[in-house]
Amino acid sequence: MSTTEMQALAEQKYKYGFTTEIEMEAFPRGLNEDIIRMISAKKEEPDWLLQWRLKAYAAWLEMEEPHWAKLHHPPIDYQDLYYYAAPAKAQPKSLDEVDPELLKTYEKLGIPLNERAALAGVAVDAVFDSVSVATTFRETLSKAGVIFCPISEAVREHPELVREYLGSVVPVRDNYFAALNSAVFSDGSFVYIPKGVRCPMELSTYFRINAKNTGQFERTLIIADEAASVSYLEGCTAPMRDENQLHAAVVELVAMDEAKIKYSTVQNWYPGDAEGKGGIYNFVTKRGACRGRNSKISWTQVETGSAITWKYPSCILQGDGSVGEFYSVALTNNYQQADTGTKMIHLGKNTTSTIISKGISAGHSNNTYRGLVKISAAASGARNFTQCDSLLIGDQCGAHTVPYIENRNMSAKVEHEATTSKIAEDQLFYCRSRGLSQEDAVGLIVNGFCKDVLKELPMEFAVEAQKLLSVSLEGSVG
Amino acid sequence: MTALPTKKLEAWRYTDLRPLASIEFSAPPPAAIPALPEIDLPRLVFLNGVLAKELSSPFAYARNFQAIAEDTAQPLALINAETAQDGVTLNIPAGVDAGTLLLISHASGDAPFAFHLRHRITLGEGAQLTLIEIAKGEGVYWHDPVTDIELAQGAKFAHIRLQDESREAFHLATIRARVAGAAVYDHFTATIGARLSRTEIGAVLTGTGALAHLNGVQLLAGTQHGDFTTVVAHKAPGCPSRQTVKSVLAGTARGVFQGRIEVDRVAQQTDGFQLSQALLLSPGAEMDIKPELEIFADDVKCSHGATIGALDAEQLFYLRSRGIPEDQARSMLIRAFLEEALEPVTQPQARAVLEEAIDGWWVKQ
Repeated sequence: MSTTEMQALAEQKYKYGFTTEIEMEAFPRGLNEDIIRMISAKKEEPDWLLQWRLKAYAAWLEMEEPHWAKLHHPPIDYQDLYYYAAPAKAQPKSLDEVDPELLKTYEKLGIPLNERAALAGVAVDAVFDSVSVATTFRETLSKAGVIFCPISEAVREHPELVREYLGSVVPVRDNYFAALNSAVFSDGSFVYIPKGVRCPMELSTYFRINAKNTGQFERTLIIADEAASVSYLEGCTAPMRDENQLHAAVVELVAMDEAKIKYSTVQNWYPGDAEGKGGIYNFVTKRGACRGRNSKISWTQVETGSAITWKYPSCILQGDGSVGEFYSVALTNNYQQADTGTKMIHLGKNTTSTIISKGISAGHSNNTYRGLVKISAAASGARNFTQCDSLLIGDQCGAHTVPYIENRNMSAKVEHEATTSKIAEDQLFYCRSRGLSQEDAVGLIVNGFCKDVLKELPMEFAVEAQKLLSVSLEGSVG
Repeated sequence: MTALPTKKLEAWRYTDLRPLASIEFSAPPPAAIPALPEIDLPRLVFLNGVLAKELSSPFAYARNFQAIAEDTAQPLALINAETAQDGVTLNIPAGVDAGTLLLISHASGDAPFAFHLRHRITLGEGAQLTLIEIAKGEGVYWHDPVTDIELAQGAKFAHIRLQDESREAFHLATIRARVAGAAVYDHFTATIGARLSRTEIGAVLTGTGALAHLNGVQLLAGTQHGDFTTVVAHKAPGCPSRQTVKSVLAGTARGVFQGRIEVDRVAQQTDGFQLSQALLLSPGAEMDIKPELEIFADDVKCSHGATIGALDAEQLFYLRSRGIPEDQARSMLIRAFLEEALEPVTQPQARAVLEEAIDGWWVKQ
């Protein structure tokens, strides 16, 4: 492929880069106790939650921003951000009341919200900036006893559940960004699957960052009670922005005896332009606790967006026989930086974990896998298999692998493999000789490279993810 | 003295030097003449950190110790530079095959003492040398050697080390090699002794076709702590590097392997391979592995593999069912497990010394 062609492709605009003109109701910039009190008051929260937020804020003030990841960014001015933003209208009772601008935005993103939602069989709890504006399929779900609602609503209607589990997997002091989130979290999803219930549909939330200079602080809490199971989909796209936006979400999963949680993410936030200007800073804490016997938590992620990704979805394998899985594709292009991986903490007997990570770096990007497999002395018969593969496209990018393996139990078996390579000329030639364009050939090979991960995604996500990989690579191929 | 590194440093997260810091070390006492290994090779012998001329053989290319300023920020190398009193300087001229040299360090004393040897080894174009290092001793001491190696175009240096220090001793070795085009640095360390030890090797491949081989075995028992840390920096195109590190841990011993392969932008056609395997022989043993890849070039082949597990019960059963006693069967399996790392050691005398130390290890436990 010629340089000019490459240039043309590289300059392609971010497809989902549009903004919606909606009146925003914003608090003053900056963070202090008053802002936290205002957020809490605005959401009519009980006192215990306010106190919890204030405790987290106090902890955050004492903590330092972590700098161990292979990430470089200008210092974040936490006092220059808005910590609460919401569409300025009251919460709608039905779709008719939803701002038509907003609906159009969702439509452009292809969110199946009304008829399309029914066809796709997906319940959507769409978060527009900070407040959940529409929730569907509540009835079907409530018939099964499933609670799926914005977390702010759960605080009002199921305070006993929220109070018991909030912060039980990711404590407020866990890390700098989790503490910040705990102090200022705006909204997010709450899911509770009662004993023995298999959630009748896949649950889905689309996040969007829309207000200028608004940090997004989503909080998600999913609890699968004994023998319950649920598959949860999280996907996101964000409009084009010049200034960096901070995103610090916390996701907590709790699986009791025999429960199963599958959590899938397609992350496609604005990655910044070809010069590395703009883009989302994504500092996320995701952790699942396999508390019960034979419970299972499975993370699948396709990360193509964000200027900076700092994300380590982890499993604490407490229950005997519990299973943790992590399937990840992280693709970086232009000046994107990703430092992502997982932690598998084996505490219970006969716990097993599987880690499959595929990193693709192109352009001037840097892509790091960082992971920990820890087998405690009590985890007899534990088993881990890890495979980390990196693919480099172009000679200006970097691919790094930083695994930590700590084993204190002789009956445990740990295996780790990592490889780094580029797309082989013969593979390309084979595809080209069959009439594929260079670009399509690379797309095909990259999709093949990621197949072990993509096949773990729910159907509709898998399709989107494959397209996303090809789109994200556009312009990187030479 | 420069402060000892702490666990807060990423490179030291698995090795805690507080047991070392809590001991007051004095200057080395005069040494009595110990029993030394009987190997028929020219030798340089250091007793308590001082060259013992009467026990050493003349070696044409050896020069007297020279203090050299330390220009890195490595804490142990700085400590060494501040206190080093002796060491060997070897200059092998271009084209010369200097054969095999034995370098023995023996330490013994009543009160805890420390010694900091500083060695410099330079090989000219096409020169060759095999160096067998053996470190032994009795009592409490801290041996902190730094070895700087410079290999010119096409030079070949086989560096074989047996660390069999006293079980109460601390051994912290820093080895730094710069390898020019088509030169070969072939390293092997067997870690058997010391209460707490670390072998840190940095190899920088500066010319096309430079090869680094960094192999090691660690056999640790009781409460021993052994750390094998490597960094291979590929700074030129077309360089292969190979690392095979095997650890066998008994008692409540703790083994550490940290290995990083760095590939510079210019280092296209790099072929980097690293394998780290550990056997845990008892319930209290621990192994921590951190194999790292840091890659900035696209046309490269780099991989690492790591496994940790117990001895295969079926293999043990197979041997025992053929009438082989359990201890012997274990010894055989351990030896088989280590063989891959030992393979590149071909110098017969070095091989004999290592095999004897390894084969006798399990039986002693």
